[in-house]
Amino acid sequence: MKILQYLINGISIGSVYAIIALGYTMVYGIAKMLNFAHGDVIMVGAYVSFCVTNYLGMPVIVSILASVVVCTVLGITIEALAYKPLRGTPSLAVLITAIGVSYFLQNAAQLIWSSSPKNFTSIVTFDPIHLADGRIVITGEVIITILASVVIMAGLTWFTSSTRIGKAMRAVSEDRDAAQLMGINVNSTISTTFAIGSALAAIAGVLLCSTVPTLQPTTGSMPGIRAFTAAVFGGIGSIPGAMLGGILLGIIETFSKAYLSHQFSDAIVFSVLIIILLVKPAGLLGKQVQEKV
Amino acid sequence: MKKLLTKKSTRMNLLTYLLVTVAFIVMQTLASNDMLKSSTKGFLIPVCSYIVLAVSLNLLVGVCGELSLGHAGFMGIGTFAGIITAALLADVIPNGTVRLAAAMIVGGVIAGIMGFLIGIPVLRLRGDYLAIVTLAFGEILKNVISNLYVGMDSGGLHMTLSSGGLKLAEGGVMIVSGPRGATGVTKLSTFAAGFVLILFTLFVVQNLINSKEGRAIRAVRDNRIAAESVGINVTAFRMKAFVVSAVLAGMAGALFGLNYSSITASKFNFNTSINILVFVVLGGMGNILGSVISATVLYILPEAMRGLKDYRMIIYAVVLILVMLFTWSPKMTAFSARIKEKITGLFRKGEVSHE
Repeated sequence: MKILQYLINGISIGSVYAIIALGYTMVYGIAKMLNFAHGDVIMVGAYVSFCVTNYLGMPVIVSILASVVVCTVLGITIEALAYKPLRGTPSLAVLITAIGVSYFLQNAAQLIWSSSPKNFTSIVTFDPIHLADGRIVITGEVIITILASVVIMAGLTWFTSSTRIGKAMRAVSEDRDAAQLMGINVNSTISTTFAIGSALAAIAGVLLCSTVPTLQPTTGSMPGIRAFTAAVFGGIGSIPGAMLGGILLGIIETFSKAYLSHQFSDAIVFSVLIIILLVKPAGLLGKQVQEKV
Repeated sequence: MKKLLTKKSTRMNLLTYLLVTVAFIVMQTLASNDMLKSSTKGFLIPVCSYIVLAVSLNLLVGVCGELSLGHAGFMGIGTFAGIITAALLADVIPNGTVRLAAAMIVGGVIAGIMGFLIGIPVLRLRGDYLAIVTLAFGEILKNVISNLYVGMDSGGLHMTLSSGGLKLAEGGVMIVSGPRGATGVTKLSTFAAGFVLILFTLFVVQNLINSKEGRAIRAVRDNRIAAESVGINVTAFRMKAFVVSAVLAGMAGALFGLNYSSITASKFNFNTSINILVFVVLGGMGNILGSVISATVLYILPEAMRGLKDYRMIIYAVVLILVMLFTWSPKMTAFSARIKEKITGLFRKGEVSHE
């Protein structure tokens, strides 16, 4: 019974990783850049939601919408100011700029909200469900998180396969020059990707802080790195891969904490990642690109 | 043409040595005459460590073209290996300088061995995947070190990774105690030792770059397939650079660790790796002198802005973004090229160029 409980908790935390990883993987697939500031957008989203509920006294749904809007605008702004001028330059230059943006967001948050941790009130208000005579407890957060990730996953799959913009995104990720020649506006496609990724980050921030209620300027960085690992794990650039990678990472983390060793859970998670990459260098669902000479 | 190139690289090398030496003499004179603030004095040794770290990472990122995000891990190994060595040798070698040298050598060797072991799987990968695996190894090393307990008593050295800690005999001393890190470390590092380490690093890295190996490594970076087809053993050369880089990072770590009376493993996290990478990229990839200068300036910059309190890291972040935009953005480079053209044009009108 215990194993089932751990599995459910693992899937829940994994779903949060998966939502964050989706943002990483979409941006990587389309703009070919590692957006290290993504984790900090999560933190901003959580703070916005926190402020709207606690200081303005608005209902939960308004706070989530507000944080989605703020993060989307933030994502588009970051892309336009910091990343767009560097399009076409070596990826390392963009990576360092992203690190600069990450420092900026963390320190701006520290100025605005101070570094002392805030206690985030969970967005979920209904009672946990008890199964098998109370041996399995499914909290409201777990249900909402898993539901949200399933809805997001289904929505994104529909979006990328059926809408015009979604198809444009796939075209740009496959071959940017060819897409441009076919009349796709590459710049606006990349902006849209950032907008979607950041909106997802906002939702992930709210869900993350509902599960782990401490909110401080560095809240986003570790889940950010984890989610990035998850994205690589599943094959970076692949949307189902990010989902699979995130959930697997969450399960591995929970199980290694429960059964192997609590202190070494980080080491175990990263070791599994390394082993997977050695066996499948492009990740679980990644496409192995043939090199042409 | 070939002669000219070698001449230029020799000139650059000599210039680097010269600048480092001059900077050392100036700072040393100022320090010995008590003309430095104590806060400035506190920078000297960490700056030396970071210069070595930046140069060694530059060998990997700039010269080899392998993005590594786990350099702080090697630094951490060096730090803790160095601290343990120094504590073990406390009775055997009374001379602090010799003990420091021994600590740095052991730190370097152990980091080098780890570099070799990690290199075997890591160097099979390329590009962003290599980056993520080095990140993963960095985190694993940090995680393991922060659960390491090392103590010394009459029975010798004891080590464990279990959370229960160590049971030492009477009179035993804990050297490293898990998450609380190393405490009660005797400070052995000196600015002079840092200077010697920088010279050693420059010597090793510059010789490597300008040797047969260095040319092979750069050939691999520029076109791996072409390099392979002319018979260069790509993996062997990448491994060599990886191990050299790890050894130097380990030595720098030992120097860094023995500068503080206590240090925890959490210092050697992802952020530290990223900081070193920032030094390398802003200094110029593959440019050794650039790494030396940028490590110095960027380490001192946030410290010098302490007066600005909370705003300093924001300013640092903005400066970082702006520098990247100005140096890399195609529009900006075209703009600065035009300005340069105008200025040189002005000079040309005025006098005959001697170039």
